[in-house]
Amino acid sequence: MNILVCIKRIPDIAGQVTLDGAETGIDESGLGHTMSSHEECAVELAIQTAAATGGKVTVLTLGPAEAVEQLRAAAAVGANDGILIETADPDAFGPEDIAQVIADVVRDRAEQGQEFDLVLLGNDAADTGDFQVPIRLAYELEYPVLTSIQTLSPTDGSAASGGIEARGIGPAGAELFSVDLPAVIAVQEGGVDPRYPSITGRMKAKKAPIAEYDAPDPGAGNPRMRLELPPEKTSAVTILGEGPDAAPALVDVLEEIGVLR
Amino acid sequence: MASVPAQASVVVVGAGIVGNSLVHHLAELGWTDIVQVDKGPLPNPGGSTGHASNFIFPVDHSREITDLTLDSMRQYKELGVFTESGGFEVARTEERMQELRRRMASARAWGIESELVSPAEVAQKVPFLDPDVIVGAFWTPTVGVVDSVRAGTMMRESAQAKGALTVSPNTEVTDIEVEDGQIVRVHTSKGAIETNRVLVACGVWSPRIAAMAGAAIPLTPAVHQMISVGPVPQLAETSGEITFPIVRDMDTFCYERQHGSDMEIGSYAHRAILHEPDEIPSIEAAKLSPTEMPFTDEDFDPQLEQALELMPEVLSNPEVEIRYAINGLLSLTPDGPAILGESPQVKGLWSAAAVWVKEGPGVGRAVAEWMTTGLPEIDVQAADIARFHSHQRTRAHVRARTSEAFNKTYGIVHPGEQWASDRNIRRSPMWQREKDLGAVFFEAGGWERPQWFESNAPLLDEFGDAVMERTAEWDARWWSPIINAEHLAMRERAGLVDLSSFVIFDVFGPAALDAVQHIALAQMDVSVGRVVYTPILDEGGGFRSDLTIMRLAHDRFRVVTGAAHGMVDVKWFSDRLPETGAQIADLTSSWTTIGLWGPRSRDILGALTTADVSHEGFRFGTARTIEVGSLEVLASRISYVGDLGWELYVPMESGLKLWDALMEVGGQHGLVPVGLGVYSTTGRIEKGYRAFGAELDSERTVVEVGMSRPKVKSQDFIGRAAHLRHREEDPQTVLCSLTVDDHTSSSGEKRYMLGGEPIVSADGQPLVDGHGRRAYVTSAGSAPSLGKHVLVAFLPPAEAVLGNRLQVVYMEEFYPVTVAAVDSTPLFDPDNECIRR
Amino acid sequence: MTLVFVETDETGAVQLTSAEAVTFARIHAATLTSLLPDGGAATSREVSGTPSGSPEGVVVGPLSDAAVDELGRLGVSVIHHLQHPDLEEYSAAAWAQAIVDIAPESGTLLASGTPRGMELMAHVAVRTGERMAANVIAVDEEGLLRQVYGGTAFERLRLDGDLQVLTVAGHACSPEETAPTTPQIYDYELEVTEEDLRTRATRTEAEAADDTSGLTQARAVVGAGRGVGSENGFVEVLELVDHLDGALGVSRVVTGLGWRPHAEQVGQTGSRISPDVYIACGISGAIQHMAGIEGAKTLIAINTDEEATMVQRADYAIIGDLHEVVGAVNEEIRNRRG
Repeated sequence: MNILVCIKRIPDIAGQVTLDGAETGIDESGLGHTMSSHEECAVELAIQTAAATGGKVTVLTLGPAEAVEQLRAAAAVGANDGILIETADPDAFGPEDIAQVIADVVRDRAEQGQEFDLVLLGNDAADTGDFQVPIRLAYELEYPVLTSIQTLSPTDGSAASGGIEARGIGPAGAELFSVDLPAVIAVQEGGVDPRYPSITGRMKAKKAPIAEYDAPDPGAGNPRMRLELPPEKTSAVTILGEGPDAAPALVDVLEEIGVLR
Repeated sequence: MASVPAQASVVVVGAGIVGNSLVHHLAELGWTDIVQVDKGPLPNPGGSTGHASNFIFPVDHSREITDLTLDSMRQYKELGVFTESGGFEVARTEERMQELRRRMASARAWGIESELVSPAEVAQKVPFLDPDVIVGAFWTPTVGVVDSVRAGTMMRESAQAKGALTVSPNTEVTDIEVEDGQIVRVHTSKGAIETNRVLVACGVWSPRIAAMAGAAIPLTPAVHQMISVGPVPQLAETSGEITFPIVRDMDTFCYERQHGSDMEIGSYAHRAILHEPDEIPSIEAAKLSPTEMPFTDEDFDPQLEQALELMPEVLSNPEVEIRYAINGLLSLTPDGPAILGESPQVKGLWSAAAVWVKEGPGVGRAVAEWMTTGLPEIDVQAADIARFHSHQRTRAHVRARTSEAFNKTYGIVHPGEQWASDRNIRRSPMWQREKDLGAVFFEAGGWERPQWFESNAPLLDEFGDAVMERTAEWDARWWSPIINAEHLAMRERAGLVDLSSFVIFDVFGPAALDAVQHIALAQMDVSVGRVVYTPILDEGGGFRSDLTIMRLAHDRFRVVTGAAHGMVDVKWFSDRLPETGAQIADLTSSWTTIGLWGPRSRDILGALTTADVSHEGFRFGTARTIEVGSLEVLASRISYVGDLGWELYVPMESGLKLWDALMEVGGQHGLVPVGLGVYSTTGRIEKGYRAFGAELDSERTVVEVGMSRPKVKSQDFIGRAAHLRHREEDPQTVLCSLTVDDHTSSSGEKRYMLGGEPIVSADGQPLVDGHGRRAYVTSAGSAPSLGKHVLVAFLPPAEAVLGNRLQVVYMEEFYPVTVAAVDSTPLFDPDNECIRR
Repeated sequence: MTLVFVETDETGAVQLTSAEAVTFARIHAATLTSLLPDGGAATSREVSGTPSGSPEGVVVGPLSDAAVDELGRLGVSVIHHLQHPDLEEYSAAAWAQAIVDIAPESGTLLASGTPRGMELMAHVAVRTGERMAANVIAVDEEGLLRQVYGGTAFERLRLDGDLQVLTVAGHACSPEETAPTTPQIYDYELEVTEEDLRTRATRTEAEAADDTSGLTQARAVVGAGRGVGSENGFVEVLELVDHLDGALGVSRVVTGLGWRPHAEQVGQTGSRISPDVYIACGISGAIQHMAGIEGAKTLIAINTDEEATMVQRADYAIIGDLHEVVGAVNEEIRNRRG
């Protein structure tokens, strides 16, 4: 089964951000970069599935030249090759545009003889949080699409046959799906534990082939006007005390809540 | 918890290992009302201590660093946070093996158990290390790891338990108020604190805090990469934090240490990555902590390959994952040592910055003692913040030198090695002449100084074997036999030395005599025109400096001292002036000094002046202004090279004219330009002249270095009581000069020691003096007039006997030496006839 | 017209998040309409007689009386009830098409920002050729404000289209009852295509008993973070878990360091929990972890750092070393039990 995983280079933020000068993005100085944890899980699922079916994993990103770092991070844990669609201004692309760009690559590769049976993405990108690219991509390609999927496996064990069993979280419990390939699946973190790279994995990743293309101009664009920061959250915490002396006060609270056996 | 105390005896900024050690020791010394603040939370506020690799290798070439490290290890052990693991420094090349032999020399000199071992012996203790990759190793069994955060917490809590300390975490210093050059108040995010003392111990943020007070702490935050991989099956089999010895892969500038079932790999090999203190992320914005910055893969990749080469079994295991990787921040200084002491720019602003975990507790104690009595038990003068010349405080200089310094962390650094970056900051008026004469410039205090002159190469033929050529590459690095040839030419004819780098300052005013009388050991109430060479002592009777003072007038004294230590001397004098009546003026950049010495020097000077420069007309140890051509020159008849001659002082702008005049006349008398190789080493070493920072420091007394005068002046001076006591006691150690009897190594090559080597008995045993110190070479150099190589060393009194046969250990080989002087009696011209002719 | 997709639970009651979305729609109806081209004057399928500004609801699947009542109290004027045998199991494409079939050409279509709501609105947006804004928290004349960067920043934007499609972030507002109405209920004849059923769920499993069910079901959870110090630092917290008959949850750092298994992880890459009480010991409160405990009713923090996010967001806190404090708490509990 040949799998395409689409990832995005995002700043690795902690709890607070500051805005850049133009207030249309955040100040990334001093920040490292990574991919969303949904995408880490997607990469992990792709690698497990490819291993089970004797297939390959290609990882793709639309981003600046530095985004090669994220492609190599995926290669370090087992992706076979990468595709960089380079743009100096990823923020200019709206979800419609991104879906279009990815769909073009999939069709392009299909013409060259490389068919992707399965396209995986994260449920959303941790920076923009649009929740749309996987679905828009599926419509472009006319593939079925599932979202919020935590685990998946080929319907027929190790054969790269036509189906995927997927499990996601629904409001009333786990929802199970059976879908024919080719398909688009958006992954929700939590179903698998993404592996860390080994040293040899990192070293091999440096040699992983990466195809580079220039991104087209975005079409629909991004409706963002500007960013704002949330107001400082005022704290309403009641400090019960300091150190072991505060223990009785805490036990009072627990008794009040009614959780003590 | 909402606000800070309104008043404090001292505000310590920083709760890393240094700050915590400081508050602990201050409390031990009786301080109360100490306030410690940190902008981060406790116990780990997010500075370098929080992510440090936490291992300690005690052997260092520097005695001061080793002393601080051993003291720190003792303190860590007392706190119960030290785990011994042993450590290997491995060599992949023969060049590195030579450096490891030097390491052994230092281990012997400081008395730290170590040995050189074979690759197979390394593999016995570290089975997953591939012995074929290395050629040997330096093993120290007492290497260990510490829990520096826990240690700091315990030290801080002990001060709190005494009621001496209030701690306020999450408290950011926002401003420091200074009035009349003195600290008066600290402003924080939780209120203001009245205090006269601020102690900056906040590592990479220190320059920022000091700048609030208008002072400079010239360090820069620099990256040092580290990753952690695991779980490693071979490590998981053991229990506890660390069982396997730590490995320092010196040639690749990396280390590997065990952390439970993980292996931490650190690197000093990458390009220097410097950051600005103001750009360090805040605690809220930092993913891990402000000093654990995002990892840059490409900088570490070569080291990954090398680590893989050294430990293939462990690191090529695909189950072993890279779980943690950071660009960690640490502090680097432009010249290497830490930055300690009271700032010369603002009274009350103390610094304890750029200190490694392995010296933290020791530095805390030393600075606390310094703040309390002015007498730290461990001499930390090499790290005195007052040492910096103005250019060393600039951002550009700090960045240039720290970039160069970074890779030297595990590098092989020759004792004579010169900096390559940011040169030519200070040039004497004679610089062009010197350049034309083929001067090989070395730098001190920013000054470009000729070490020797290539134009003197013909002298090599003239003097032949007497120049004591060196064939071994290491011995001859940063050296030339021309130095010895210049020395011989000077002793035979005359030499001209550019001494523009002297630090010169005047103490003047109605109370000037009182001021210098109180500071200097020697009698200063001398007639106008006398030149006095004097030790400067501290209250404990140890050396703080040695320098010359000229009485130019009833109320004006001119102090002349060297570039290396001169700025510290300026602060020492400034701090000890009387309340009123005396001032200091730094005249370093006003005067240039040219030294003229040798048998023909009188002829040369005499040809240029009508003044009486005869022996009777111009006595030794006097100074007066004479006319030399159209210049008024302050001539001072003294000599650090131990020969007839003068130091000639002219205003900077006229230095070139004086030089040219002397060279022109001197040509007929065989005058040669002479470099610092002669002035700093060969001249003095055959005359037994001591050098501050080599033989002279605060640990040894005037008596022990053989510089006692017949009488002690009746006037009070700093250190008088201690000095009198020392004169009554038997010395615990004796400064001796030794000559090398046979330089021949086992391979038949002649080897020449450079300093730092251990002196042992004829049967190879260490020699320990009454201070518990082993004998080691404080200065080494050629004594061309004697045809000998001379080593200066402190020996136990029983060994300080003329003719005593001992050995020096150089590159792990033993060479016979003989004690040639047991006091300051010169080896050359012992009766000083040359000087006093 | 503002149309809200309403989710109900297995008992037929309206989901809390949908009640929030309905309130949001009602409060902001006028503003939302003003953001449309020409202020929303284009014809919409407003039913005459309904109070202007009152939102309409759409429910797929069973519609209980209780739900109708509640929606009425929340001010919903009309409920579009979509039923079809092929819509009984969830299929995003089929459900979305059904919604599109009854949606107006101009107006605002909202759902809550649940996985269900996000997915449906995205499908609806594509099928109507419109943009979509996810996790909106506020509206004003300037436009919409939505969460980005995990909620650490907000994005200001306008959806320029006849139909505004958006999801409302959880807790953007609280459900608010108003002058109750009796909603009119419309049923429809629907057609569902085979193609749209390609991704129909084969079945739903009630929360399967797995490694994490103890954690997600527990009424009391004790959380442990980097502050425990080592693999062996869990003694006190485990005793407290026992006293509370609860479960142990850990932060990502703890599992990353290999101290506890992944099944105990709470947060974005672990379980989301909503216990009656969550006692966070030595956890600083990174956003990933906070997301996992949003549902906790009472939050208690034990930390040495008073400024830590977890302490600031908590209801109660004790400042101190967790080993000492939890140890003392355990002892107090034992003493009181006698």
